Amino acid sequence: MQATVALAGNPNSGKTTLFNELTGARQHVGNYPGVTVEKKEGLYTSHDFQLHIVDLPGTYSLTAYSLEEVVARDFLVNQKPEVVINIVDASNLERNLYLAVQFLEMGIPVCIALNMMDVAKKRGIEINARKLSALLGVPVVPTIARTGQGKKELMDSAARIVQENTEFFPLKISYGDDVDSAMIGMEKEIEANNFLIDTYPVRWIALKYMENDEQILEKGRKANPELAARLQETVKKVSHHLLDTLDTYPEAMIADQRYGYIKSILKQGVIYQKYDPNRLYSSDRIDKVLTNRFLGPLIMLAILAGLYQVVFTYSEIPVGWLETIFGWIGAGVSAVLPDGLLKSLIVSGIIDGVGGVLGFVPLIMFMFFGIAILEDSGYLARVAFMLDRIFRIFGLHGSSVMAFIVSGGIAGGCAVPGVMATRTLKSPRERLATLLTVPFMNCGAKLPIFALLIAAFFAKHEALIMFMITLGAWAGALLVAKLLRVTVIQGAATPFVMELPPYRMPTFKGLAIHTWERTWQYVKKAGTIILGFSVILWAMMSFPALPDSKVQEFENQRQSLLNSAPAAIAAELAGAPKGADLSREALSLKAKLKAINHREAETVLRYSVAGRIGTALESVSRWAGFDWRTNIALVGGFAAKEVVVSTLGTAYSLGEVDPEESGALSEALARDPGWSPLAALGLIVFTMFYSPCFVAVVCISRESGSWKWGAFAMAFNTLLAFGLAVLIYQVGSALGIGV
Amino acid sequence: MRVNMRKMSDNQIGTIAAVKVAGDLGRRLRDMGLVPGTEIKIQGRAPLYDPVALRIRGATLTLRNNEADFIEVEVND
Repeated sequence: MQATVALAGNPNSGKTTLFNELTGARQHVGNYPGVTVEKKEGLYTSHDFQLHIVDLPGTYSLTAYSLEEVVARDFLVNQKPEVVINIVDASNLERNLYLAVQFLEMGIPVCIALNMMDVAKKRGIEINARKLSALLGVPVVPTIARTGQGKKELMDSAARIVQENTEFFPLKISYGDDVDSAMIGMEKEIEANNFLIDTYPVRWIALKYMENDEQILEKGRKANPELAARLQETVKKVSHHLLDTLDTYPEAMIADQRYGYIKSILKQGVIYQKYDPNRLYSSDRIDKVLTNRFLGPLIMLAILAGLYQVVFTYSEIPVGWLETIFGWIGAGVSAVLPDGLLKSLIVSGIIDGVGGVLGFVPLIMFMFFGIAILEDSGYLARVAFMLDRIFRIFGLHGSSVMAFIVSGGIAGGCAVPGVMATRTLKSPRERLATLLTVPFMNCGAKLPIFALLIAAFFAKHEALIMFMITLGAWAGALLVAKLLRVTVIQGAATPFVMELPPYRMPTFKGLAIHTWERTWQYVKKAGTIILGFSVILWAMMSFPALPDSKVQEFENQRQSLLNSAPAAIAAELAGAPKGADLSREALSLKAKLKAINHREAETVLRYSVAGRIGTALESVSRWAGFDWRTNIALVGGFAAKEVVVSTLGTAYSLGEVDPEESGALSEALARDPGWSPLAALGLIVFTMFYSPCFVAVVCISRESGSWKWGAFAMAFNTLLAFGLAVLIYQVGSALGIGV
Repeated sequence: MRVNMRKMSDNQIGTIAAVKVAGDLGRRLRDMGLVPGTEIKIQGRAPLYDPVALRIRGATLTLRNNEADFIEVEVND
C-alpha cells in the first residue's frame, strides 16, 4: 500500500524532529510552486506499506494570515493527502489543539501525534490519550520525537486510516446563535449553487466567509460574483449585529468558541496538571539571566561575536584547501593546454568559476550550522525579543540582526550567507528589507580595497577610518531599510507576536540535516547560475581580443629590447631554469620585459568589453573623481569584490596585484596626480554601497523569489553609491578639502 | 479592575477581558491563544522595555507594546 501523509503542527511542536526521525536521510527539499516556502518530502517504509511524507510549514492556525498557512491549506485541499498527522505539543496541549480543531472542521482524515510526552511528564502534566481520542473522534498516539518513541505506532495508525478507508466528517462546533443561524442559511445557498464545493466542504466555505478569509473571498468572487456578494452581505449583517450587541467580530467569536470547545474537552478528564501552569521551569530561570536587562545584551553580544569568529575563522581552513585544490587544477590544465582562448576560458572562466562557487560552501555550512544551533536551542527568538525595539524603528524585525552581522556588520563577513540567513525571518516585508540592505555591510572582499586606499591616503588614521567605515555601513543599511519600508516595501509592520519556545538542547542529527540541506540547495540552485555568470564576466574581460597588429607591436617591442641587449645576457635569461640566480644585467632585462607584458595586459584590458564600458563611463564617473582605471576595476568588482584590487593593478600596468600585498599599487595611487584623498574617500564610500557582487545578486533573487529584486539591488545600490561619491567629491572640491 | 496590558507590571496576573482589534493583528493574537477569558501573567520585558513577555496556557509569548495596547485585562487590584 502506498499513500501520502502530510505532517502538520505548530512551530516548536517537534514537527521537524519527527520528520527527520521518520524519513532519515531520505529527504527531498524543494519549494512549493511559485513561492519561497520550503517543501520537504521523504519516505517511510514498513514491511507492508510505504508512506510518502510531506512536511507542511509550521503554523498556528489555518487562516490566511501568512504565506505558510495558505501553502499548508492549499496543499491539504488540492493534493488531498490520504492522512494528515497533526503533531501536538503535549506540554502545551490547549494551545496546540487550536490547529487540530481547524483540521477537524475541514473534515479531513486526521491522526494526532501527542508529542513531547517526556516534557509534559516532567512538568507534572498527565494526559489520557485514549479519552482525548474518543472525544475528538480521531486516533491519538503518544510520541517522543527526539528518541523516536511511538513513531511505529503512529505510522501504523496512519496506515490503518488508509487501509480501512475510515470516514471523517467535518466537526460541527457551535459558534454562538447569531453566527450559527446565519451559517445555516449560507450553507443552503452554497450547496444549491454548487459554490466552490468541488474543492471545499460546504460548512467550511461558510465558516471562512464568516472569518473574512481573503483567499476564499477572492475565489468566491471569481466563481460566482452575485452569490459571493450576497454571502458577504449576510456576514456584514452578522458583524454589525455582533458589534452592537456583544462588541465583538464574527472571527473573534469563532475563535472564542473554538477555544471553548477545546476547554470543554480537556475538562472531561483528559488532562491532569500537578502544578500551577505559571510555575517557573528551568527554561524560565535561564531566561532570567539571558534576557536580563543588563546581562542579556552583554551575553548576546558575546554569543553573536563568538559565532561570527567561529564561522569566519574556522571556515577559512577548508576555504584554503579548496583554493589550493583549484589552484592545482588550474595549474595542471594550464600546463597541458596550449596558450589561447580555450585555455583562458577553461582556467579563468570555468575553473575559477567553479572554485568561486565552491569557495562559499564552507562559509555557508559553518554559518547555517551556527544559526541552526541558535535557532533549535530557542536562543534566536530571544535575540529577536531583545533587539526588536531598535530594529523596529527602521521597519525591520529583531531577527534581522543575524543577517546583518553575518554579512559584515562586524567587518569581514560575507553577504552571500547573510542573504541566506534572512530565512529565519518570518515576516515577509521585514525580510525583504533585510535582504536588500545586508549587502551594504563590509564583507571580507571589500576590506583589501579599503586597506589599499587607506595605506595610500590616510595611513595615519587607519583605525579611525576603519571604525567610521563600519559605522557608516550600519547607518547606511538601516537608513536605506527605513527608506525602502516607506517606499517600495510599504506596509504596516507584520505582527510581532511570537512564541519564546523553551530552551532545548539541539540534536546533532537535526543540525546536520539542516546544514546539509541548505548547503546543497546553494550548490544546486545558485551554483549553476553563478557558473554561467562567471563565464560571461570572463568573456567581458577577455573580448574583443587585441587586434593582431597591436599584439605584433608588443612582440616587436620585446624583440627589439632583446636584440638591443648583449647577446650573452639574452641567452642567459632565455636559458636559465626557473628560479635560478641571474646576473644584474639579466635581472634588469627581465624587469623591462615584464613591464612590456604589463603594458600589454593593460591594453588588453582596456580593449575588452569591460574596459570599453569603463572608458565610456569616464565622462560620468569624473563627477565622482573616478578615471577609466577605477571604472574597470569596479566593473570587475561586480564579478567579485576581491577582483577590484588586482584589476586596478592590471590597469596601472603593475600586473596582477595580490590583494594581500598591494604596497606597490598603493604607492602608484599616491603618486598619480589624478588621485586625491577626496577621490579615495569617494571610492571607499562607493565600494561600501554599490551593487552587490553577482553571487549575492543571484542569492537575493533566489531568496526574494524574483529577479526583479536582484535587478533592483544592482541598480538602486549603484545609483545610491554614485550619488554619495559625487556628493563627497563635489562638496569637498568646492570647499577645497582633501584635494 | 480593567487595565490595558501595557500598563501591567512584571509578574502581575490577570484575565483577558477583551481584544479590540480586527484584521491581521487580531487574527494573529487569537491564533496565539490571546482570547477573552484566558489567564495571563506578565513575565518580563525586553531590555528596552519593549516587547513584553507573558505567560499564557503554560507557554511564553512576546508582543510589542503597541500590540498589547489592544488587549484589556481584568486584574484583581
